Amino acid sequence: MKVERPRALAAALGLLGDAAAPLVPLAGGTDLLVHWPVRPDARTRGYLDLQRLDELRGIRWSEDALELGALATYWDVITDSRVGAEFPILVEAARQVGAIQIQSRGTWAGNVANGSPAADGVPVLMAFGAVIVLESRQGRREVPLDAYYSGYREGARREAELIVAIRIPRRAHALQRFVKVGPRRAQAIAKVGLAVARSEEGWRVVAASVAPTVRRCRAVERRLEERGLPGSPEELDDALRADVAPIDDLRSTADYRARVLARVLFDATRKGGA
Amino acid sequence: MHGSPELPLSFTLNGDAVSVEADPAARLLDLLRYDLGMTGTKEGCGEGECGACTVWIDGLPADSCLVPAFQVDGREVRTIESVDPARLGPLLSSGATQCGACTPGVVMTGLWILENPGLLRSHAIRELMAGNLCRCTGYDGIIEGIEAALGTRS
Repeated sequence: MKVERPRALAAALGLLGDAAAPLVPLAGGTDLLVHWPVRPDARTRGYLDLQRLDELRGIRWSEDALELGALATYWDVITDSRVGAEFPILVEAARQVGAIQIQSRGTWAGNVANGSPAADGVPVLMAFGAVIVLESRQGRREVPLDAYYSGYREGARREAELIVAIRIPRRAHALQRFVKVGPRRAQAIAKVGLAVARSEEGWRVVAASVAPTVRRCRAVERRLEERGLPGSPEELDDALRADVAPIDDLRSTADYRARVLARVLFDATRKGGA
Repeated sequence: MHGSPELPLSFTLNGDAVSVEADPAARLLDLLRYDLGMTGTKEGCGEGECGACTVWIDGLPADSCLVPAFQVDGREVRTIESVDPARLGPLLSSGATQCGACTPGVVMTGLWILENPGLLRSHAIRELMAGNLCRCTGYDGIIEGIEAALGTRS
């Protein structure tokens, strides 16, 4: 097992993209260390440890965006009162990721890169129209998070690239809601996740654990724009069927997920802002 | 031992400077228990669910089973071995311990609350303790013990 521990971003980017010696970027480790080092391939893989890259730490505010560095943790967001005031569901979602032991290590960028359809951090980021900032030796490019995933655990990041930041546009939101439905309140993986945000740009509805990727629900958004608030959860069924495709798996059933998603969505659109 | 070159690490462990060579595949939990002989930290689930292996890294609780040992290079680590047994009285008298498997982790998270009481302005003790599973006590004794230690329980 090979581990690279560069101290500067330029050095880290210089190590990536070598097809003969691929490296898996490692931030907080809360996903990659599960089953480590039991998995045989964990011993033959190479890893790029990001923890010494101080350039990637922290939260930065500009006039029009909140930028989470690639090493920004859930706890960084939970303890930032400005985030709590302007993006309360970012804090709500972060508080539902494991507990402090995970929140202190797990990163938002890692949650994006890991690509789980049950991710807790990705739905709120997507509802806020977040943009993923990727960097390689060739330079930077930006991919909107709602265009980032192409399939189950398949993201836009190329081998030579690193997620260096997540940029969240600062918009006034009339409503923002996050709902996680799990088997228990703490330390659980979502059976259904939902983030809803309404700004001057319209509705943004994002669902988790009901498709191969965290999914922006554009049919639901259109339904809400064109016909206003639903009178019952069932009125959302047709649009939801166009947007998501829940399955039976070890955590829940397709039927339960579809019914619960319609109900929490109905509820989220009707209640006031978060 | 595993055929990979060892990585040199220097960090602070319970206030003391430590320099070791670690297997790159070693978790912090392995480094503490097997390389440094600090066996107070326990392995429960080994996948970040139970919190038995909780230690502090730079002042924040973390599951040492989910941290590669090399990531504590340059950091401050605090383990159960740093805790004065005299501080455990409230937990012992509130029924917060039975089999003891979870106790080192419970103590490390509880101590974090005790040393950072400002956390309770935004969080309930129960939420802060949610990452420490206990299959014996039903949790009320743990919460009561922490409240007693904080002096917030009559």
